[in-house]
Amino acid sequence: MMKSVVPILTVVVAIMVLWYAAAIGMNAKWARDQATRADVTLTTPELIADTWSQERPVLPVPHQVASELWKTTGAMALKGRAFSKRSLIFHGWITLSATLLGFVFGTGAGILLAVGIVHNKAMDMSVMPWAIASQTIPILAIAPMIIVVLNSVGIQGLVPKAFISAYLSFFPVVVGMVKGLRSPDGMQLDLLKTYSASGGETFWKLRLPSSMPYLFTALKVGMAASLVGAIVGELPTGAIRGLGARMLTGSYYGQTIQIWSALFAAAILAASLVGIISLIERRMLKRMGVKP
Amino acid sequence: MIWVLIAIAFWAFTWWLNGRIANSPAAGTRWAKLVVPVIFGVTVLVVWEALVRGLNVPPVILPPPTAIGAKVASSLDVLWVDFVQTFMKGALTGYLMGCGGAIATAILIDRSPFLQRGLLPVGNFIAALPIIGTAPILVMWFGFDWHSKAAVVVVMVFFPMLVNTVQGLADTDSMQRDLMKTYSANYWQTLLSLRLPAAMPAIFNGLKVATTLALIGAIVAEFFGSPIKGMGFRISTEVGRLGLDMVWAEITIAAIAGSAFYGIVAVIEKGVTFWHPSQRG
Repeated sequence: MMKSVVPILTVVVAIMVLWYAAAIGMNAKWARDQATRADVTLTTPELIADTWSQERPVLPVPHQVASELWKTTGAMALKGRAFSKRSLIFHGWITLSATLLGFVFGTGAGILLAVGIVHNKAMDMSVMPWAIASQTIPILAIAPMIIVVLNSVGIQGLVPKAFISAYLSFFPVVVGMVKGLRSPDGMQLDLLKTYSASGGETFWKLRLPSSMPYLFTALKVGMAASLVGAIVGELPTGAIRGLGARMLTGSYYGQTIQIWSALFAAAILAASLVGIISLIERRMLKRMGVKP
Repeated sequence: MIWVLIAIAFWAFTWWLNGRIANSPAAGTRWAKLVVPVIFGVTVLVVWEALVRGLNVPPVILPPPTAIGAKVASSLDVLWVDFVQTFMKGALTGYLMGCGGAIATAILIDRSPFLQRGLLPVGNFIAALPIIGTAPILVMWFGFDWHSKAAVVVVMVFFPMLVNTVQGLADTDSMQRDLMKTYSANYWQTLLSLRLPAAMPAIFNGLKVATTLALIGAIVAEFFGSPIKGMGFRISTEVGRLGLDMVWAEITIAAIAGSAFYGIVAVIEKGVTFWHPSQRG
């Protein structure tokens, strides 16, 4: 583990350096234009300093994004306005709640369907090819339609976004869970038969425990998909609340720093959600003795 | 009411039929494996149609499949323009550039274990992030036309592809590499005749995942701004006008394009990795 810290840090530092360098190149034109208009000539250090501190840069630099992130989260929380409309905590919470609600329903339904598929051959043969095929389809494209249709029947706010999240996390969980429930080999199933175990006992004592590694892999994919679903679901609602809405308003008004900070907030959210699942996975698998 | 009864009856009948086929001795045959899902698909369509008619669901909420089919047939020219704009120009260009770039990068960093140890975790991390969020930024940088969509696709497919290729290139055992050494093969010979072929299953895994990502990226990027053609543009504007039959028509085309794209890559994979156990089945 320690062995990879130095390489990772090197790569991260290299990305930062490239980023700052790219910001100079991409923001220079605006800086020069402003300078010509003001009839001053910029020296190179001045030019660089300017490209790193513009208000609406083409490419904001990391410290600008970081300070915007802090300004809209930590600083607002300190002032006791963590849930004001200008705080990213507020928008992040909107997105997070839709993500989690959708994720719970999507994975729940996915696990149920997987259990049905494993125990019913007709269901397996009918549904499974479609579940696999559906993963090659850009499901995300129907997000705007779901929002508008649910809106026209009077359902607004959290539920439509959660619906998209659930839909996106559903299929990976079905496919992964079916694989997991089928993972016990013939020997193990035969052993349970010699114990004359019933179908239910086989399920609880063999199939379900041995599906756990597959379930967690699927949960991680599903969680990432849920978050993407919630963010995209926020785009067509008129863009009022949520991280997706922040990105959209940012792109309308050219507030690049706002887009980048929303993007990083989404990234941090995704990373911590997936991180939490991996943590649970590691502890659970360790207790179950799956991994040494 | 009669339509609802028809829907229930049809559902019960096909359910029984599929149960019969699945539990008959013929269940393992190719024929049954094709027919059962097809019957299920047809059932869903029939029940959908019958329920929409029977319950008088307004077409602005859910159009029946026949209306969608009619819309597809009557607006093929528009659909084709959108398809070319989104799929051929946006998704396919980005897919080729992103996957090609990722494979090239993987080969470039192949000789440096240091870079691999650094890039792999970072790549894995980035691959799990909601990269689609870069769409508004890239649309600002590259303009409204397909170039920005291709750029979104490049960013989306690059990291999954990179991780897969690097892992694939590590997918030889020491026996095989020793054999190449006894042939006194140099680095490039080993790479070309042993390690790249051995990496193909992993590379194609990445290529298949990337097909879906490419189409999603190209469509969603159009929600952030596009010229007046393209699948994402059509979906978002027709949703606004409540022209849901057109939306469903676009989704049908997107689904067909997505499956076909995946299928083509899978067929190429079958030809390239014919030696792999998973292909011998």
